[in-house]
Amino acid sequence: MRPAVLVLGLLVAAAQGSGYQRVPGGEYRSVLKYEDLKGSRAVAAFELMTQPVTNGEFLKFVRTHREWQRGRALPLYAEPSAYLSHWQTPTALGPVTSARQPVTRVSWFAATAYCEAQGARLPTWSEWEYVAAADETHRDARQDPAWRERILAWYARSAGAGLGVVGSTPPNVYGIQDLHGLVWEWTDDYSAMLVSADNRSQSEADRARFCGAGALAVDDRENYPVMMRVALLSSLRGADSTSSLGFRCARSIR
Amino acid sequence: MKSVSRWSRPALWFCGLLTAATTALAAQPPLPGDSVLQLPGVFVDQASRRFTLATRRGQPQLISMFYANCQSVCPLLIETSTAVVNTLEPAQRSRLRVLLVSLDPARDTPAALAQVVRDHRLDTTRWTLARTEPAVVRRLAAVLDIRYRQLEGGEFNHTSVLILLDGQGRMLARTEQLGARPDPQFVAAIRGALQQGK
Repeated sequence: MRPAVLVLGLLVAAAQGSGYQRVPGGEYRSVLKYEDLKGSRAVAAFELMTQPVTNGEFLKFVRTHREWQRGRALPLYAEPSAYLSHWQTPTALGPVTSARQPVTRVSWFAATAYCEAQGARLPTWSEWEYVAAADETHRDARQDPAWRERILAWYARSAGAGLGVVGSTPPNVYGIQDLHGLVWEWTDDYSAMLVSADNRSQSEADRARFCGAGALAVDDRENYPVMMRVALLSSLRGADSTSSLGFRCARSIR
Repeated sequence: MKSVSRWSRPALWFCGLLTAATTALAAQPPLPGDSVLQLPGVFVDQASRRFTLATRRGQPQLISMFYANCQSVCPLLIETSTAVVNTLEPAQRSRLRVLLVSLDPARDTPAALAQVVRDHRLDTTRWTLARTEPAVVRRLAAVLDIRYRQLEGGEFNHTSVLILLDGQGRMLARTEQLGARPDPQFVAAIRGALQQGK
């Protein structure tokens, strides 16, 4: 009985994947500069999954939450032609998709539902950007040319190379992996990004559209990798999904 | 043709969630999978009446999100809705309802919404101003593709858009053209929807 329980425990641990890591709170300067929000931003301590959610983990989720299976998920919440379309069947990955790859082609609604089922939530943009500013030894490595080069090399890599598996990049100073170099990630507040095509030549129509005040500008035009994320997130609808967009969950610390 | 079984689960889930008022709804066919009216959550209107979106099926309606405290674009949103409605013939006008949901549930109490109704002299037989809990606000904004962010001072920065839903809650058209001169394509879409619903 006892060994069986132990094995079960190990299986459960493996199935739960990477687990959460506590991230201490702090202040940082966001690349996003809002008219009403300049200077440093405070981020409260929180917990973040050390790796993105994998195909294997999401498969377990849809087996118990059948309403999120491909073909069952409401089109309102997940664009049917894209949602989990790389899996062989709604409940099997098939030979070309690895359980250890990050899950992609998931909508914001599906990602939110996954995290909520864990008693968690998606990280906010501020939380994500704060943690993603770090390298292996510094909490803010963004001014380091070598750090930028390394990330840009990933963007330059051919998409045809196929997705890697989670845990393939070194943990940053917080112990979090794969923030760069694997997939882009949903944030809880993706829809708070109101970016117009070009703030410098914003037309009257754009001003009206975005209520005028609080327009978003870019503070650091050199930080291309983060701006790519902003551009992507600001262009998506909640039911959309793409082949390079995944997610991880976060938890507030009470 | 979509299979019936595909929709049975959400329908059951819905029935479990909602109260007596929706028992009658269970007898109706399920809403289509892309219907906004499927979104669960309890809303409260300017007269403190509770309702769910599913109870608003049957006729085309305009929907958008706003907040009562808004000084600039939100009044324009209401004016635009009024202008759009006024271009319709009286018979059509009486069949088009408008639902504005608050982005600011912390401050937009039913009393605050009722004040907006009075300020703009809105006809509550057709206009509903409503609030709901924050999680439902985020989900509704996501399905409507309305982007918003609360500013440091408590105001909101948000997409100003009018969306036309058909009688089943599917999004038929949207316009971001605000002002006294309504978007002619959008008005044509409303006329078409009202014609269909006859």
